[in-house]
Amino acid sequence: MSVEGPIWIMRDYAKCSGCRRCEIACSLHHEGRIWPEASRIRVFMLVPGLEVPHLCAQCDNPACVEACPVGAISIDEKLKRVVVDKDKCTGCGACVDACPGRVPHIHPTENYALICDLCDGDPQCVKVCQEGRWNCLYVVRRDPSVSYDLYAKRPEEVTRELAILLLGEKGEEVI
Amino acid sequence: MRGYAGKFLEVDLSSGDVKEVRFPEEVLRDYIGGRGLAAKVLWDRLGDHWEEIDPLGEENMLTVFAGPLTGYFPGGRVCISGKSPQSNGITGSTMGGEFGVELRCAGYDGLIITGRAERPVYLLITDEGCEIRDASHLWGLGSIELLKRLNREVREELEHRHPRRREWREPAVIHIGPAGEKLIRVAAVVGKYSHAGGYGGYGAVMGSKNLKAIAVKGTGPLPEPAHPERVYELIDRVCQLCFASDMLRRWGTGYLGYEVGYSLSSEPVRNWQEEWHDRREYGVDRFERRLWVKRYWADFGCPTSCLKLATIRVGPYKGAITDNPDYELQAYLGTNLGIFDPEANAYLSALVDELGFCGIQTGNLLGFTAELYQRGIITEEDLGFKLEWGDADAFAKLLHLILSREGIGDILAEGTYRAALKISEMKGVDALRYAVVAKGIGIGAHGIRSGRDYPAIHSYCCSVQGGDHTSIAYTPINELRSELTTILHDSGVYCMFNIYPPGVLDLLWDFFTAVRGWKLDPEEWYSTQARRIIHIQRAALLLGGPDVRWRPWIDDVNPPRFYEPLPTGPWRGKAPEKGEVEEAVKRYYNEIGWDERGIPKSEELRRLGLESVDRKLEEIR
Repeated sequence: MSVEGPIWIMRDYAKCSGCRRCEIACSLHHEGRIWPEASRIRVFMLVPGLEVPHLCAQCDNPACVEACPVGAISIDEKLKRVVVDKDKCTGCGACVDACPGRVPHIHPTENYALICDLCDGDPQCVKVCQEGRWNCLYVVRRDPSVSYDLYAKRPEEVTRELAILLLGEKGEEVI
Repeated sequence: MRGYAGKFLEVDLSSGDVKEVRFPEEVLRDYIGGRGLAAKVLWDRLGDHWEEIDPLGEENMLTVFAGPLTGYFPGGRVCISGKSPQSNGITGSTMGGEFGVELRCAGYDGLIITGRAERPVYLLITDEGCEIRDASHLWGLGSIELLKRLNREVREELEHRHPRRREWREPAVIHIGPAGEKLIRVAAVVGKYSHAGGYGGYGAVMGSKNLKAIAVKGTGPLPEPAHPERVYELIDRVCQLCFASDMLRRWGTGYLGYEVGYSLSSEPVRNWQEEWHDRREYGVDRFERRLWVKRYWADFGCPTSCLKLATIRVGPYKGAITDNPDYELQAYLGTNLGIFDPEANAYLSALVDELGFCGIQTGNLLGFTAELYQRGIITEEDLGFKLEWGDADAFAKLLHLILSREGIGDILAEGTYRAALKISEMKGVDALRYAVVAKGIGIGAHGIRSGRDYPAIHSYCCSVQGGDHTSIAYTPINELRSELTTILHDSGVYCMFNIYPPGVLDLLWDFFTAVRGWKLDPEEWYSTQARRIIHIQRAALLLGGPDVRWRPWIDDVNPPRFYEPLPTGPWRGKAPEKGEVEEAVKRYYNEIGWDERGIPKSEELRRLGLESVDRKLEEIR
């Protein structure tokens, strides 16, 4: 999808099928393997049917950058994305604790944090989601009037909102 | 060895011992995984005294196997097996979900569970191995509450053990509900609310082992395939072919409801007294408008999303959560019970899922009971309530009566076939006339009388999985719908729905070869590998026991109902002739290598290196 300027990955949770093709695409791109836990986007299924793709919100003021004790996390101004310096990162997890959505996670076998890098502007997760016509993930132009920080929510919070949206009152009981 | 994790976990619940086991390469090459490997393992360990083993006793084993294609071929599944408390044979019962994928990411291709725990337990499997944990606080719980608590407990535990990783995802879970705990023979192994491995009755086997649930969380990659680039290309090609095929994606299997009932006339109506209906108000579009809250719901890697998340938000059945319901449950917990109301059907579907019943087997049992009630064989006095066709509340009461195992509920808890035997004895009638089963397994919701649906007249007579509509005997045996093809899917362990789009089957052989490195050749599959598996399953089925044994040839029949002419619909008056079924059965025996009584032939078994099966079968030849 061609979008001018810095992009942002829009997520419409109610449309996620839970197929995890995004994880397959992400881990193939970054790790060369199908490796769900090394995917930068992870689908949480705290409640079956209420799958939540969990990925970096690319906040305007990312708490992870400030929290990093070794200065391994920075902002790439051109793409407006969060970048982890694998060599500097110690995998201490301070970024996870600082993130309001607890989005970053530590690589299963390496000592660094995994954060979405937008695949240098051509996100593979979006590609497969669009190819499948699920439309849960799509690329939009980054808009200075939008607060992306509000998307940094924990999977439990998103699941709870989704449960009530889709299941009504019963949604309160399932999570 | 490529495409496999290479290790299996063996858990002895009696002693608490856990060990890793490996199988020789040639065993994996020939028996693949899932159903095929389960048949091999069960036979090797229990075959010599098969007829003595109580499916619900300590000696039975429960296998939970992934396959080499699990996670690679789009649509992840897992295959449950063991000695079946329904057929007393071996059934490979597969269910969708992420369990098989997580297991392989944890470094295991499968679990072999033996013995019986003293108290309720669950298994927690991670990269570090397997732990048997107390489940007394989870015993008695239905699906919703169980998943809620177990997900929370396991995530906290993993976070506690590995604080560095932070924010663990939920494990994949398969479990039983109260139905499995009460050893009800129509109990399923369930997961993800409306996912179930129902055929075979393995929910009761889990219950007999005091095993409430298995949770697995792996953090590794899928086992490295032999030809990675080829595998990734094939995944993409299969997905493209599936995307081009819209029916399942758009409607799920629910589109079959009105179609099978009205056009094909092969949908069970009121315990198969009819197979036709004209209830347009029960069409899938009504389910869509009234119940669906998510159009596309899928399991790992699936491009099709035949699941549709559905719920009832208002009215007396408010709060029910289910999938679609899919065709089988629309039929078995709908038309088969005289119910033509989407809400009532979704309510019962959600209820069986919550309690851990198999929707198909249970719908078969409820319909059977209702017909006995209709005929005055079972009365209001027996039940404590009226049981009229179409009354969903009465059927819900009946479910709870079965679960209580009180009075007639205790008899019905043994499943349609065994209940029919008992009731015949009690009431002095032939209740088997109304039991629509094959080898103790309720027949899936695709009838044979109109001749328009996919099963043939001998499909259920000869299947090694009895009434299982996904695994039917078919001639020629190398056809797409043949049981030998299903065995391939159930052994590779992926979803067979993604095989249906034109062109996919041609890629399948290549897919196996690309993942495993060993060339899988269709001709060899149908003449040797699949034959070994089906012969072992057939041998186990014929040996049976200890409570029920199938007589060769004599029990390879359709249920009596299938010989009654259809009373309504476009094919009114149609039913197969017994003679023509017998001929088809004989032709099938001959084609697959069984003798005139349906016993695998000695020379055929020796050709395949199955000497132990041959020797054992001497007992019944």
